Amino acid sequence: MIPRYQKVLFVILLIAALGMGFKLWQLRDRAHKRLLAGQASAPTAAPVVAPAEQATLVVANDFDNSLAPQVHSLPLPADPGARARAVLGKLLDLYAAPESTHEIPGGAASVDQVFLLAASGAKGSGDQLAVVNLTGTFAASHPAGLETESLTVLSICATLRANFPTISEVRFLVDGVERPTLAGHADLTRTYLTSEAAPEEGTRP
Amino acid sequence: MRWSNKTAALLLLVALRAAAQQPQPVQTPAAPATRFVVVIDAAHGGDDTGAHLSSGQLEKAANLALSVRLRSLLTARGLQVVTTRENDSFIDLNRRAELANHANAAVCMSLHATESGSGVHLFASSLAPANATRFMPWKTAQAAWETRSLALAGAVNSALTHAGLAVTLGRIPLPGIESMTCPAIVIELGPQRDADKKVTAEPDSSDYQAQVASALAAAVLEWRSDPSRTGAREP
Repeated sequence: MIPRYQKVLFVILLIAALGMGFKLWQLRDRAHKRLLAGQASAPTAAPVVAPAEQATLVVANDFDNSLAPQVHSLPLPADPGARARAVLGKLLDLYAAPESTHEIPGGAASVDQVFLLAASGAKGSGDQLAVVNLTGTFAASHPAGLETESLTVLSICATLRANFPTISEVRFLVDGVERPTLAGHADLTRTYLTSEAAPEEGTRP
Repeated sequence: MRWSNKTAALLLLVALRAAAQQPQPVQTPAAPATRFVVVIDAAHGGDDTGAHLSSGQLEKAANLALSVRLRSLLTARGLQVVTTRENDSFIDLNRRAELANHANAAVCMSLHATESGSGVHLFASSLAPANATRFMPWKTAQAAWETRSLALAGAVNSALTHAGLAVTLGRIPLPGIESMTCPAIVIELGPQRDADKKVTAEPDSSDYQAQVASALAAAVLEWRSDPSRTGAREP
């Protein structure tokens, strides 16, 4: 025979356990929502409050296999990494626009992040390595072909060089990991030298 | 007459030396026949489908079709042709380069197709030209052939332009090609477009491929006719 006080204690403990479980589920749900909200508020676009500055975008043209510099005015943040991301975002916005000479869907959101690190063997020279992390969606939707993929890679490298002269090397990641090619052709395993990508005006790579 | 053992050994030694000094008939090796091998590399294959063309066909199939067409044209003209694949199979980039290098090829052409851009895109490797050494690094072996690859791209460009095709030229990193020890280029067929940039022929169109294959065959024959360009192993 179970004493009455033990039955009461069991019921109280059961109610407390269920209550704590419910509270824990609520807290987890709230934390998940807070995380998603935090990701959405990450600086994916240059803040509008930043002053507009001029940036040189080296724009690809599929029809004559050329790269040509264009000057655009856009708000740029002070942080170099965010600045590089904003410049590349503008370049990819041009490619996503209708009537683009190098059509790629995705736009600015395709550049997930740009990390600026000291280049290999750059002791005291100030040379930097830019690691451009592209989204998987961008790579999946990129048209496949040697010319089109190479133009994308080279225009990113040349645009970085035009706006950040200290960037001498560029590496590419897709969703944070190394990938053999962009869309089956352009090699993403190598380190690209910006000096080799930057063309004279209107010239072919 | 009986000779002592020492005398007999001495006479034997003298006889052997005299025999060794006899002039031997010299066998001059016959001059090897000039080989002119063309390597045709149909890119992609197997699980590596390449691009999805607007017509619905896969790039790997369009590349193979052009490879077969070009091989037929060159073989009919008496040239020796080596292809990296004859069916829908996956061949590693290194294996393709091995096949080209073992063939001691005079011309290596890698075939691609795309739905973007316009006309035929010609590419040579962006490696800086270098002098040939006894042992070349695998990943940059093409550097010693770079100058001749650019000359080959020029010859192919002339032939394609002469055939009325739009051509763009470029130098880009080309994994696989950069391990080849032969004059090597990549030919990527983009769609043919009119002045308004409307597509008039897809890269897998039979007529378009026939026109390109014919121009490529003409370029190879022109390349072969220049004696300064033959001899694959001498970059």
